[in-house]
Amino acid sequence: MAEARTEYEHPLMKGYREQLGCGFPQVAHVFEDCMAEALSSLSKEGINAYLEYARFLCKMGRGVEPVLIFLEEWPSIATTLGESALPAFIAFISLMNKSPNNPAIAPFLQSLAATARRLHSQEQMQDYMDLALAFMTRTTGSVHGIHTTFASPGLPDFFQQSPYLLSQISIDGLKNWVEYGIRNYHDHPDRQRDYFSLQSADSRAVMQRERHGTLLVDNERKLDLYLRGLWQKDAHFVPYSMGFDELRKPVPYFDQLGIRLPDVYDDIHGITGIDRYRAVLAHIVGHKRWTTAIFADNFSPFQRMAIEFFEDSRVEALAIREYPGLRRLFLSLHPKPIEGACNPENTACLRHRLAMLSRALLDPNHGYKDTALNDFVQRFHAVMQQGESCTEEIAELALSYVAKTRRQSDQLAKTYFDDTEVDYRDDNRHMWRFHEESDDEEMFDDHRKIELEEEELKGLPPRHYPEWDYSSQTYRPDWVSVYEALHPKGKGSDIDKLLAKHGALAKRLKRMLDLLKPQDKVRVRYQEEGSELDLDVALRSLIDFKSGASPDPRINMSHKTSGRDIAVMLLLDLSESLNEKVAGSEQTILELSQEAVSLLAWAVDKLGDPLAIAGFHSNTRHDVRYLHIKGYSEKWDDEVKGRLAAVEAQYSTRMGAAMRHAAHYLENQKAEKKLMLILTDGEPADVDTKDERMLIEDARRAVTELDQKGIYTYCINLDPKADEYVSDIFGKQYTVIDNIQSLPERLPQLFIALTK
Amino acid sequence: MTDKEQYKVHKEPFYQQQSNEVALYTAAYNARLPVMVKGPTGCGKSRFIEHMAWKLGKPLITVACNEDMTASDLVGRYLLDANGTRWLDGPLTIAARIGAICYLDEIVEARQDTTVVIHPLTDHRRTLPLDKKGELLEAHPDFQLVISYNPGYQNLMKDLKQSTKQRFTAFEFDYPDAKLETGIVAKETGTDEELAAKLVKIGTTARHLKGHGLDEGISTRLLVYAATLIKGGVSPRDACRMALVRPITDDADIRDTLDHAIDAVFA
Repeated sequence: MAEARTEYEHPLMKGYREQLGCGFPQVAHVFEDCMAEALSSLSKEGINAYLEYARFLCKMGRGVEPVLIFLEEWPSIATTLGESALPAFIAFISLMNKSPNNPAIAPFLQSLAATARRLHSQEQMQDYMDLALAFMTRTTGSVHGIHTTFASPGLPDFFQQSPYLLSQISIDGLKNWVEYGIRNYHDHPDRQRDYFSLQSADSRAVMQRERHGTLLVDNERKLDLYLRGLWQKDAHFVPYSMGFDELRKPVPYFDQLGIRLPDVYDDIHGITGIDRYRAVLAHIVGHKRWTTAIFADNFSPFQRMAIEFFEDSRVEALAIREYPGLRRLFLSLHPKPIEGACNPENTACLRHRLAMLSRALLDPNHGYKDTALNDFVQRFHAVMQQGESCTEEIAELALSYVAKTRRQSDQLAKTYFDDTEVDYRDDNRHMWRFHEESDDEEMFDDHRKIELEEEELKGLPPRHYPEWDYSSQTYRPDWVSVYEALHPKGKGSDIDKLLAKHGALAKRLKRMLDLLKPQDKVRVRYQEEGSELDLDVALRSLIDFKSGASPDPRINMSHKTSGRDIAVMLLLDLSESLNEKVAGSEQTILELSQEAVSLLAWAVDKLGDPLAIAGFHSNTRHDVRYLHIKGYSEKWDDEVKGRLAAVEAQYSTRMGAAMRHAAHYLENQKAEKKLMLILTDGEPADVDTKDERMLIEDARRAVTELDQKGIYTYCINLDPKADEYVSDIFGKQYTVIDNIQSLPERLPQLFIALTK
Repeated sequence: MTDKEQYKVHKEPFYQQQSNEVALYTAAYNARLPVMVKGPTGCGKSRFIEHMAWKLGKPLITVACNEDMTASDLVGRYLLDANGTRWLDGPLTIAARIGAICYLDEIVEARQDTTVVIHPLTDHRRTLPLDKKGELLEAHPDFQLVISYNPGYQNLMKDLKQSTKQRFTAFEFDYPDAKLETGIVAKETGTDEELAAKLVKIGTTARHLKGHGLDEGISTRLLVYAATLIKGGVSPRDACRMALVRPITDDADIRDTLDHAIDAVFA
């Protein structure tokens, strides 16, 4: 084939071909077309450089792909960035070529045109390449000191995703996103690939965090208030992603499950993202209020489209009647199709006509000349003058509009789309009813789905908590999954036995508790009537009186007893290490903890303070278990004792997540003081975290968070070596109990001392 | 003797009847039954009582209750003077003596032991014992006790005792419906109906948010303020922000939503 095509060649082209000097047959196929484009867009020097670097890529020894892509893509890149950008690219490519990362060259070149369109300027492009270079050097692996042996696993994926990423986030956001990926998945090739190909959940979450525009999640309450306040509606919002469907942009819609909205809106035409959401909601509420579904079976697709446009305009007109300010909002978001922009000879113009009409119905100063259009605008307003009209009536009008303006060309495949998308309108699926229900296969799936859901509902769904990453001083979003469950039950009488065993201690405790019970009197001053005369105030009043001013009659005081108002959360570390035997004793740490907790729970119950008990352990961040032993509303009864008797120790200690989860219960307690006691025997650690400091720093962060919520945390640590880390986490709010055997005695005492 | 005239309401206070409350109140007054008016703040409770006092031609003594108020602030106390001591009647005593309508505004704000002093006045006895003075005051035949309270925003601790509640007949007030309220705002401030209707619309918006971050919706009183500002030459947007939104909320989301509602209503 190649020979056949070279039969005749323009001498100029031949010269270029020789200048390129690349023998790949695939290059020969496309060379002429590429050259034609290059000649039309590049300068003379540009052409020379173009051929020179193409030659370099060809001789680089990495196959035909790099040079092919370069030949095809460069002319368009050069028009966006300028020809002078070329040497920098080539420098970058040769760097890649010298590293084990040469397979990433093709993806880099492939995404280059799209990336360039996003970045516009050479400076930004340079930033992008610097970022890629840093990425490459940091993730290219070396094993046993052999320098740069393994290619960066994530780099090709990164290049592939970069145009999309840059459409969603700025270059600075991209930097943060890359940074996060490298930091967390540096030594895990598969995860790294997942992250950089946007497959993993946290990769998307981090991207979401960096996005520009107004995020739905941040504004849900505002929109909720908007619906409630202005429209007296209550709806559930379901976000959909704008990004992942590049070909066909999803459109807002609503059904029984809620209103689907894009997850993010950028500001456009001076309208803020939040106002765009409001426009969508106003339109949707308009439908909810004023649209009744009509049968679709008898209408052609064109007729349906027209009816939808008319109905949209009707509900907007009604909404504007309610809130005139909406007109400005709708007008700024509604496209303004240019009259005559669509040529009816060779293009289907119905969409264009309808969009123009829709604009004219909204905009009193539309300035369109078309007589049919103006006629129907008048008829529309005349109908609306009568009242609210209705979907059927407006459908009639729409049908006569279609009939009146129909053209043969409406059937053409080539449809005019410019300026016809009204992006704040929903897809109107609620408007249509069908005589015949669909016999699609989906119909049969409904039943099965329900069964699946039922299965999933067993046990509480996980709650996700962020984790603090001290190295970057940021939170990892939704990093930890906490599963909460009721602790299985054992025999409650075991706990009673333990209590009986510590009978003497219990008696001593009881004496201390009696002292603690609310009985201290508090003086209430400035009382007009009270049990005693408050001499200070009385004297002051007398002086006032003698000097002629009106005396304060509140010269008495009275007493009242102050109450205790403290809610307590006891969080037990139930990790594997608790199974160890205590030195010089037959009991394990777990058994001793059980005794101690029983005594404490008994003591707190006697005091009457609200107390909750929970245990936790973790098996990687995906499975932190939070075991409910006693809730605030539960009594210290056999049920609770049974759960406490059955505690078992296993897995590891991911403290921060458990603390955050426990805090959300404690937070809701209505008490003046909130105390979280954490009983643990070691430092926070988990099998999936190599960096020892990570979970310590996270726990420390959790303590700060809790402090901000007004929760006082206190740690009782059974690890004799705890001093090394425990003060890092809890500051001064901790006690280390070296002699674990004394725990049953010390724990309640500690509690009493803390709350005295 | 206290000057009765100073407590009279001389000029007719504008009051727009919502249903038949004027007739009902008149009936209650004729029987001298104690009256309780309930309802959210700024919905016209005090105005109603003022209007009724004017209509019935009776003096009106209003006491705004607060936490520090004691029984002697209501009943009266001995004051010391050069020659010894002198008794000074409190507002409740004055009202009982001269036969006025005594209006205790926001009664729950006062401490519970204070409210108990009104008990003997509110049943068949119609007497007020002044223990310190050693006098049992027989209430004037024209005397009537009216209390107001807003069950909405007070907490559980501040509720009226059943024994107090069950001494009163009660009126429940709410913000008037949109049409009526428009009329009220227009008449009270002399603005045109169209502007008043817009203000009422914003008010209604806020009232729908009650319980979702707002303790209380925008009251008729605030709407009147806004209309007054607009009449004074302030632009409607600024006036509404100033009079309707900023006073009632510190919550940024709600403020935003109401600001948007203002923009949506004033196109």
